[in-house]
Amino acid sequence: MNTKAKDRLATGVFYAMAIIIVVVLFGLLSYILFHGLQRIDLQFITSPPEFMKAGGGVGPQLFNSLYLLVLTMLITLPLGLGGGIYLAEYAPKNKVTDIIRLSIEVLSSLPSIVVGLFGLMLFVNTMGWGYSILSGAFALTVFNLPLMVRVVEESLSSVPREQKEASFALGITHWATIRKVLLPVALPGILTGAILAAGRIFGEAAALLFTAGMSSPNLNFANWNPLDPASPLNPFRPAETLAVHIWKINSEGLIPDVREVADGASALLVITVLIFNIAARWFGKWLYRRLTAS
Amino acid sequence: MVNNEYALKTNDLNVFYGEKHAVKQLSIDFPRHTVTALIGPSGCGKSTYLRSLNRMNDLIEGAKVTGEIWFDGENVNHSAAHVRLLRKRIGMVFQKPNPFYKSIYENIAYGPRFHGVTSRKELDEIVESSLRKAALWDEVKDRLHHSALALSGGQQQRLCIARTLSLNPEILLLDEPASALDPISTSKIEELIQQLKVNYTIIIVTHNMQQAARISDQTAFFLMGELIELNDTNQIFTKPTRKETEDYITGRFG
Repeated sequence: MNTKAKDRLATGVFYAMAIIIVVVLFGLLSYILFHGLQRIDLQFITSPPEFMKAGGGVGPQLFNSLYLLVLTMLITLPLGLGGGIYLAEYAPKNKVTDIIRLSIEVLSSLPSIVVGLFGLMLFVNTMGWGYSILSGAFALTVFNLPLMVRVVEESLSSVPREQKEASFALGITHWATIRKVLLPVALPGILTGAILAAGRIFGEAAALLFTAGMSSPNLNFANWNPLDPASPLNPFRPAETLAVHIWKINSEGLIPDVREVADGASALLVITVLIFNIAARWFGKWLYRRLTAS
Repeated sequence: MVNNEYALKTNDLNVFYGEKHAVKQLSIDFPRHTVTALIGPSGCGKSTYLRSLNRMNDLIEGAKVTGEIWFDGENVNHSAAHVRLLRKRIGMVFQKPNPFYKSIYENIAYGPRFHGVTSRKELDEIVESSLRKAALWDEVKDRLHHSALALSGGQQQRLCIARTLSLNPEILLLDEPASALDPISTSKIEELIQQLKVNYTIIIVTHNMQQAARISDQTAFFLMGELIELNDTNQIFTKPTRKETEDYITGRFG
């Protein structure tokens, strides 16, 4: 085979692979949306689930997913930024930081059910938070922190070294250089990491079964006092998320319309992730433009 | 400010990168408001020497600088010296133009703002005067709030010079500032250096012998980390006293 033919073959193979990926993706998406969209309406999105009869919704579960996302990111982002900045900018190259990096690698490959059981032990029992959004948020933080730290470290390290030199040569401190020069340039990478982490929060079920729990109390959406047990904002109440709900009704649901509710919830989950992705990217672009005048 | 004859002096300056002795016992005096060119083949230690003058070698792990750097009556090669203030007073421009990923205005205002200038009016003035001094104002005055990365390479380098000038330094360290630029941009930078030396003391590393001959008042020839010859530029290029210098400037090696 001559070089030209080889080149054509390679091109063909890559095209074929790209097509396979796109076909699988679109097949899955359209399957989920085709089955799920029939069920989704305002009533489905806002009303609570039924336990015995048909016609229930997933309102509290959708809210729980979003609230858990916010709480988890509130814990993960500062920790991830701090850890990533430390590793990229301050950590000396020695045994200790090698061990830290290795631990992060190992942590990122922990099965999520193990993270869930660890959360049960530490947050639910030892800390005494019970099955609660807070326990779930901390368990998901354990789950997402390695990813976040790595992404922040890599985004910062990929900023050209000349940028840092230029700032230092103006007599500017390390910390001001990180804030004003390095972080704005690293923002798109960090944002991609945060979006990936958020997607994992939406989709995660195993780590939440024993931490955020498999039930949702009767919520009063008019009660916004976070200390009240019936308030949706109370971080110490159990909170079944959409993903957990899909798993639960499929394995032990008693309602006659299990299939339809699961389909609808799946489609709703996909749509929520999609909207979140687009919104986050749009916001990131806007912020990057503002910070870099590009 | 002490108004003596020399803006900067080094005395027996050595730089080590780990085991490597990169700069050996260098003693050079830099007369105020003149241009000194540092020439020599790649790896001869001229950039390393330059980077130790504003303590940029502090950033490199395993680098050690010994000896004295006398600036404004003080030996600044000393852990107790105020490095940030030193870098403010001894500005540096790098080989590759490295504007920040910010607007042209913000590139200039960044340094002064950190060092305490807060009023918008004052910042506006600094931005304009710095850009004027770097002969860039007329080209960019209508797009101050556009990204600096959209400028051409030569404009970016003049922006970097303006950024350094915004802090009103006394000395400018230029590390091959024109080596990444086309001939027209290069001649603009050279012209600029001629104008700037009226107010600043300039030390420039260059690979370009003609450039050194055109713009500098004194020239130092480096070889393997040692200072071979230091003299008036005319002298060096017409009647070098050392064989190595002559071989280098006539292009027999390097």
